Amino acid sequence: MAFPALAIYSFLYLYPALTNLLYATQRWDGVTTPEFVGLKNFINLLTNDDLFLKILGNNVRFSLLVVVAQTGFALLFATFLLKNTKTNIFLRTVYFFPTILSSVSVGLIWTFLYDPNYGFINASLKAIGLDSLALNWLGDSRYSLYAVAVTQVWFHTGQMIVIYVAGLQQIPAELYEAAEVDGASRWQQFKSVTWPMALPTTAVVVAYTTIQTFRAFDLIYAMTQGGPLNSSDLLVTMVFNTAFVGYKFGYAATQTIFLVLLVLLVTWLQRRVLRLNDGIKK
Amino acid sequence: MIYKIFKNTLLTVFAVAVLVPSSIVVLGSFKKDVEIYTKPLALPEDWNLDNFRTLIDSGSVLTPFKNSVIVALFSVFFTILFASLVSYAIARSITVSGKVLFGLFAIGLAIPGQVNIIPIFTLFTKLGLNNSLFGLVLVNIALTLPISVFIISAFFKDLPREMFEVASIDGANHWRVYRSIAMPLARPAIGATSIFLFVICWNDLLYPLMLINELDKKTLPLTLIDYRGEFATSYSMLFTAILFASIPMVLMYIFAQRSFIAGLTAGAVKG
Repeated sequence: MAFPALAIYSFLYLYPALTNLLYATQRWDGVTTPEFVGLKNFINLLTNDDLFLKILGNNVRFSLLVVVAQTGFALLFATFLLKNTKTNIFLRTVYFFPTILSSVSVGLIWTFLYDPNYGFINASLKAIGLDSLALNWLGDSRYSLYAVAVTQVWFHTGQMIVIYVAGLQQIPAELYEAAEVDGASRWQQFKSVTWPMALPTTAVVVAYTTIQTFRAFDLIYAMTQGGPLNSSDLLVTMVFNTAFVGYKFGYAATQTIFLVLLVLLVTWLQRRVLRLNDGIKK
Repeated sequence: MIYKIFKNTLLTVFAVAVLVPSSIVVLGSFKKDVEIYTKPLALPEDWNLDNFRTLIDSGSVLTPFKNSVIVALFSVFFTILFASLVSYAIARSITVSGKVLFGLFAIGLAIPGQVNIIPIFTLFTKLGLNNSLFGLVLVNIALTLPISVFIISAFFKDLPREMFEVASIDGANHWRVYRSIAMPLARPAIGATSIFLFVICWNDLLYPLMLINELDKKTLPLTLIDYRGEFATSYSMLFTAILFASIPMVLMYIFAQRSFIAGLTAGAVKG
């Protein structure tokens, strides 16, 4: 019974993942015979690639920003929408809506919103007299990464709200009642009941959001293709460009390995930090 | 009081932030370009389906729509079939220990799928599976198997053992228990997982972008990307195409909201 799944999975997941290690030791344009170069790709990547460092920096900023904003908003809105009233359920459905759209659609819609001449955002800013704030959001290397980050948060916060609501609804009501009896303010209740009790859910939301930011290929490709001047390039778009624009397949394979190690390291660290907190609070 | 104002303001702002872009797209697909630029949120001056007609007549959208449907349906069907079979084997520890089998798929959960970008491309070029919808289906199955096995096997493990055992004593073999007991009981989990997978396959850009370049094999996201270049100055056509590509998802969301939300969050909570 396990055979079909095992066959496809081994042949198209595990085996390719292994061959990726082989490609990483080659210089190869995807057409001619590959040349074995040992660890040269790795050394080049880590010591002699300014573009890689820049994009790594972009990715760190993008991930941090999105994780903090998305987790923060989701938790805040989940506390607002905790009770299953009609209005709350309706609002959760509205906020969840962007999640069902494709990254490409979302990217193209926001490309219009950000359009410097015709776009909705600049038109609105000009309408209320804030002409100086009507910037070239995606076309200026100073703002493009942040503009895409805003879109990413808009895109996925609703999904995280739903996850948080499910988590927060598990918190026993007695804890809040006890806190109220003790005269705890709303903020104190949040600090001493909601936050510690919601840590396992926070761990899930943070991990999921982080992985989403490392996978944001479709959105970046639809909005900026990493530009201008690589200002909104992330590691995953870099890998794509190295292979399919620069035709350096061996080097792209090396970059992938680094990307994967980074994702593993970050998710492992998050798990440790959030579990550690969990242990102390309990 | 202050809290209430704060809360209601934020709730309203976010609702507007979600509804405004969506309304601009829906309304925009009935408008001319100028109208979109000058009055993006106003109702169309003249409700007509000219944009849709132009889009369909251009002959460039029906084939990708059909391709996307084919790829998504076949990918979901076979992923669910294979994943549920292997999950059953895991839950009941047939032939090999369930833990070992599960561990094998857990590797796939741990290694992000991006590691396969280059190898899949080279392998598929070698095998002649590029420019083929069948190839895309294979990629989708391989990439979504780990998470599907994870969700479905967790569900199977939660089912009471006795249900399986009674059936086995009655002489039913594994196939029969799988078909007539495990699968019917797992219907809600299967439904939610199917929607989750359908969204992934319907929306994917990366692998079609790598593997497909023949016009008649393109899927919808790929076609939308082409439109961006083609209709660079025509947002009305772009919005019409976006609306067209989103219709199946929106319909599913309206009619199967519960499973939809469950499906799109199950992957996160369980993973």
